[in-house]
Amino acid sequence: MKHTISILVENHAGVLARVAGLFARRGFNIDSLAVGVTDDPKISRITIVADGNEYTLEQIEKQLNKLIDVIKVRHFEQSELLSRELVLIKVACQPAQRPELISIAEIAQAKISDITVNTMTLELSDSEPRLKTFEELLRPYGIKEVVRTGTIAMQKGGVSMKL
Amino acid sequence: MASERMTVAAAMVKALQAEGIKVAFGYPGAAICPFYDELLKSDIRHILVRHEANGGHAANGYARITGKPAVCIATSGPGATNLITAIATAYMDSIPMVIITGQVNSEQIGRDVFQEADITGAAEPFVKHSYLVKNPNDVAVVFKNAFYIAGTGRPGPVLIDMPFDIQKMEIDFEYPDSVEIRSYKPSVEGNKLQVKRAVAAIEKSKKPLICAGGGIFTAGAQGSLSKFATIADIPVVNTMMGMSSMPADSPLFYGMIGMHGVSAANYAINHCDLLILLGARVGDRAVTAVNRLDGTTVIHIDVDPAEIGKNLAATIPVVGDVKNILNQLIALCENYDHYDWRKELDEVKATQDKPIVPAAPGFVNPKEFIRHLSAKLPAKTVVVADVGQNQIWTCNNIALKSGRFMTSGGMGTMGYSVPAAVGAKLADEENEVIAICGDGSFQMQFMELATMMQHGVGVKVIVMTNNRLGMVREVQTNAYGNRLTAVFLDGSPDFIKLAEAYSIPAQRVDDISKADKAIDDMLAAKGCYLLEVRVEEDQKTIL
Ligand SMILES: Cc1ncc(C[n+]2csc(CCOP(=O)(O)OP(=O)(O)O)c2C)c(N)n1
Repeated sequence: MKHTISILVENHAGVLARVAGLFARRGFNIDSLAVGVTDDPKISRITIVADGNEYTLEQIEKQLNKLIDVIKVRHFEQSELLSRELVLIKVACQPAQRPELISIAEIAQAKISDITVNTMTLELSDSEPRLKTFEELLRPYGIKEVVRTGTIAMQKGGVSMKL
Repeated sequence: MASERMTVAAAMVKALQAEGIKVAFGYPGAAICPFYDELLKSDIRHILVRHEANGGHAANGYARITGKPAVCIATSGPGATNLITAIATAYMDSIPMVIITGQVNSEQIGRDVFQEADITGAAEPFVKHSYLVKNPNDVAVVFKNAFYIAGTGRPGPVLIDMPFDIQKMEIDFEYPDSVEIRSYKPSVEGNKLQVKRAVAAIEKSKKPLICAGGGIFTAGAQGSLSKFATIADIPVVNTMMGMSSMPADSPLFYGMIGMHGVSAANYAINHCDLLILLGARVGDRAVTAVNRLDGTTVIHIDVDPAEIGKNLAATIPVVGDVKNILNQLIALCENYDHYDWRKELDEVKATQDKPIVPAAPGFVNPKEFIRHLSAKLPAKTVVVADVGQNQIWTCNNIALKSGRFMTSGGMGTMGYSVPAAVGAKLADEENEVIAICGDGSFQMQFMELATMMQHGVGVKVIVMTNNRLGMVREVQTNAYGNRLTAVFLDGSPDFIKLAEAYSIPAQRVDDISKADKAIDDMLAAKGCYLLEVRVEEDQKTIL
C-alpha cells in the first residue's frame, strides 16, 4: 500500500542524504520524493511516497523520528490529502497541430510554457493519475521529453502541520 | 562565562575538559595535529593505541564502565576509516562515544586530496549523529550537542569531523551550559497509564519472566532490577548484553537465553505467560523463534520506541528510562509469590549441566577452566569476552556476583576484548579487568599489549588456544559436512614467548590441575599478565 509521509527537518546540509539513506538501508522503497524549504527558512519539508505494509510504515516513522535533524513526521491517509505533482512535457507539434494541442491543454487545465516551430512544451500540476491521463493524451503527437517532480502533499481542511 | 579568544583546536580541548573528559584514546596524523598540539597542554591523558579500531574499542570499554560518553581520536582518511568497525560495534551495543576525526582543509573537501575520506558519509549507518564542522564558530555548540546526544536517550556514537584549516582558526569561545535541540527530546518517565497496565498484567500472571538486556547498564538499573525481581518474585534471564546485570548467585537468576544460551533460560522464555523485556531488543540470536512467543503477553520497556514492535509485537509497550520505570513498578507491585513456576524452572536448571568431560592430556576443558576462574575472581571484577567459542564458554560458565561482564554483543567484533579491557581498566583502576579471547581474535589485537605496557594498564589476558577459528570450525563441522577450510591457525607464534617479548609475565595451562595455581599467579600479578589455556580443537560450544 502507498503511504504519503511528510517530514519537517532542520534545513542543514546532509539531511536529505540521511533521510534517503535510512530508507535505502532499512529496505523501505521510495516511490517519490520532494523537498523544499517551508515558510520558516530554517525548516525544510520532505514529502515521501513509499510502499509498504503497516509494519513497514510504523518502522519508517519510528526510525525517521530517531534522526536528530528530523523535527516532525506525519503520515496521512490518501483521502485526507491534497497531493500534487508537476510535469513538463515537450511534444512534437507542427504548426497545423497547434489548435489540437491548445484544446487538450485547455481541457486538462495545463499551461503552454514554451513553443518552437515544431515543438510545444506543456506544464501541468495535478494529482498523479490525472498526470498520467494527460501524458497518454499527448503521446500520439510524439513525446520528446518528460520531466516530473515528486509528489507534494498537504492535509485538507483547516489543520496544518507545524512545529 | 565570558567568551575567550582562542583557536578552534584549543576550544576542542576546552570542550572536552568541560565535559569532564580525563582520558582519550587515539592515533594521530597530520590532519589532527593542531588538536593534538593543544591536547598536549591539557591534563587529559592520551592513550596511544596501536590501531584506530582499538582506540574505538577502548573508548567503548571505558564508556561502559563510566556510563558516560568516552572519546576517541583519529586522523583523516585511513585513520578515520580504520575506526569504522569500532563505530559500528559501539552503535550496535548502544555505547556512548564521541569520535573526533581530522579532515582535509575545508575548501579542498570533495576533490579527493591526499588522505581525504568522506567519513561522515561512510559512518552514517553506524552513528547516532555526526557533524562535519565547516564554520569555526559552531565548534562549541557541536561539542555540547555531541556529548548530549551520545549520552542521553538510547546512547550511541557521535562523530565530529574537523577540517585541518578550521582547527587552526581563531574564534571567541564560550561553552554553552545547556542544550537546545528542538528535534531531540528522549522520553524518560514511563507513561503512567502504560505502567498501570503493566502492573495489571503482572498481577494476573502465573508464570512471569524478566528478560534483562544491555539497557539495564545504560540506565544504571542493576539495583532496581534486583529489587523489582525480588519483591515481585519474578525469575530473571538475560541476553548476552544483559549478562551480569543480575547477580549470578541470585536464586531468581536462570542464565542467558538464545542460540548459545542455557536450557533453563530458554525453557523459561518458551513457557512463561508474561515476558517483561527490559532494555532488550530481542535480537535474532537472543530469541531464535519469535513465533514461539505467540500468545505470551509481552511488556516491552525500552528507551527507544523504535525497538518496541521491531522484532517482537509488544502487548504493553512502555517507553522511557528502564530504571525510572522499574522504580515506578516497584512502587506499585505487591509481594507476589511464584513458587510453582520457580520450582518448574529449578528442575530444568538442575538437569542442564552435563558433567564435564575431562580433556585429553596436554589440554584443558575450557568450561571447567572458566568455572575455576569464576570461583577465584575477586568481587567487582570486569570480564571482557571476545567473540567465538571462548565467548560462549565464558558466558555460560562464569558466574559474576558483582562486577561487570562485557562483550561485543550486536556486532560480534573479533578483536574487541583486549582494547575494551584497556578502556575498562583505565575507567576502573581499582578492580581486576580480564580479557578472554581465542587465538584467532588475539592475533587481531595483540598489538595492544604494547599499549598496556606503555601506559601501565594492568589488564590480564586469557588466550584460549585451539589452533582454530573455533566457532567457524564448529559451523563447518555441523553444517558443511566437516569440510574444514580457512580455520587453521598454523603459523601462530608461541604466545608465552610473545608475552615475554613485551615483558609481560605469562604461563601456559595445559592441565586442569594447574589451573588454580595459574589463576592465583595471574591475579597476584601487579600489572599485566597473560595466561594461555590449551583447548582441544574439536571442543563443542554447547554442552
Ligand atoms: C572481525 C571478525 N571477523 C570474522 C568474524 C567471524 N568469526 C566469528 S567467531 C570466529 C572464530 C574466532 O576464532 P578464535 O578467536 O580463535 O576463537 P574460538 O572460536 O576458537 O574460541 C570468526 C572468524 C568475526 N566475528 N569478527
